[in-house]
Amino acid sequence: MAMNRRSRRKVLIFGIVFGVAVATVLGLTAFEENLLYFYSPTQVKAGEAPQQHSFRVGGLVVDGSVNRAPDSLTIEFDVTDNTETMTIEYTGILPDLFREGQGIVAMGSLQADGRFVAQEVLAKHDENYMPPEVADALKTAEDAAKLKAIESGAANGSTGNI
Amino acid sequence: MWNWIQRFSSPKHFYSMSAPLINVFAISALLIGIYGLYLGLFVAPTDYQQGESYRIIFIHVPAAWMSLFIYMVMAISSGIGIIWQIRLADMVAAASAPIGASFAFLALVTGALWGKPMWGAYWVWDARLTSELILLFLYLGYMALQSAIDDQRSADKASGLLAIVGVVNIPIIHYSVEWWNTLHQGATVAKFDKPSMHIDMLIPLMLMALAFKLFYGALVLVRTRNEALYRDRNRRWVRELIEKL
Repeated sequence: MAMNRRSRRKVLIFGIVFGVAVATVLGLTAFEENLLYFYSPTQVKAGEAPQQHSFRVGGLVVDGSVNRAPDSLTIEFDVTDNTETMTIEYTGILPDLFREGQGIVAMGSLQADGRFVAQEVLAKHDENYMPPEVADALKTAEDAAKLKAIESGAANGSTGNI
Repeated sequence: MWNWIQRFSSPKHFYSMSAPLINVFAISALLIGIYGLYLGLFVAPTDYQQGESYRIIFIHVPAAWMSLFIYMVMAISSGIGIIWQIRLADMVAAASAPIGASFAFLALVTGALWGKPMWGAYWVWDARLTSELILLFLYLGYMALQSAIDDQRSADKASGLLAIVGVVNIPIIHYSVEWWNTLHQGATVAKFDKPSMHIDMLIPLMLMALAFKLFYGALVLVRTRNEALYRDRNRRWVRELIEKL
């Protein structure tokens, strides 16, 4: 008899947890759009971002794309998700981590002429932690590997031509 | 077997067995914590991107891990308390809630202090931060239910159910950084891949996580003992204890 009560309680509890889990999954799926913290340039280009009100764009700052106005805090830069690229305009103070190649999230809206004007720029950092020397060594190794790939590619290409 | 578990998990038995463990946990937490902090703050190299500011990770991440771990302890003990009616399990759950709430609060505060210089904002409503805030509210809700209901058995049942239902939030917190585009970065250590962290930073982080676990061990023992004394204040074993004083 006691065992029966216990198993009933077990079934009840697992039932409740299962029910709430299903409800949560359904709820989260329904609110997917609101939980999405930022849009990627590809999504913006595809017209998935809201046109009327402000939203966030996230991506990597393109190397060499940062233009600062000489007489104000206005800055213009490109962000990319390695598929599409879009230009962001911002006036104000940038976080410490803002630099070329860095991931950022900008809050703002699309103007009638297609420019994205941001009111806020936040820097996103990745999950890697290492000392500067290791980062340098990794980058050197990566560059060397790239160079090697290009060289061997060129060599293969030339033999292919012959 | 059943009788054996009942006897072993009696508050009286727990009270007499747990005393020597407190010091073991507390002292090892202190020693490992001091060594971990020393390694983390003075020995670990600076980060290639964040410079010295990243060192708050040695508090922030262990605190966040503890807030999840303690929640699971609380929910599982509540389940054991409700299903098998083991009073000690209910006591452990009730004793754990304020500790877990403190760790969740600590994770949120250190995260805010870290977010301002690195991201440029103390707080953003991204999925990771929001789900951790909900975890804090779950702890507070558990504590509120515990103190709002006078009858101890009903209080344990109601707050225990809340704790068990709240478990759905735990995987959401963990996977939030993968399921959604969040400002918070992905997992560094808690993933199947090898940790994306230099070994000289990883060791102090792990030591701090261990120290936090031991600290919780000491705290939960002390708090559960107090809970046992309070709940059994009219029972014979507590009266005998008092008479011996």
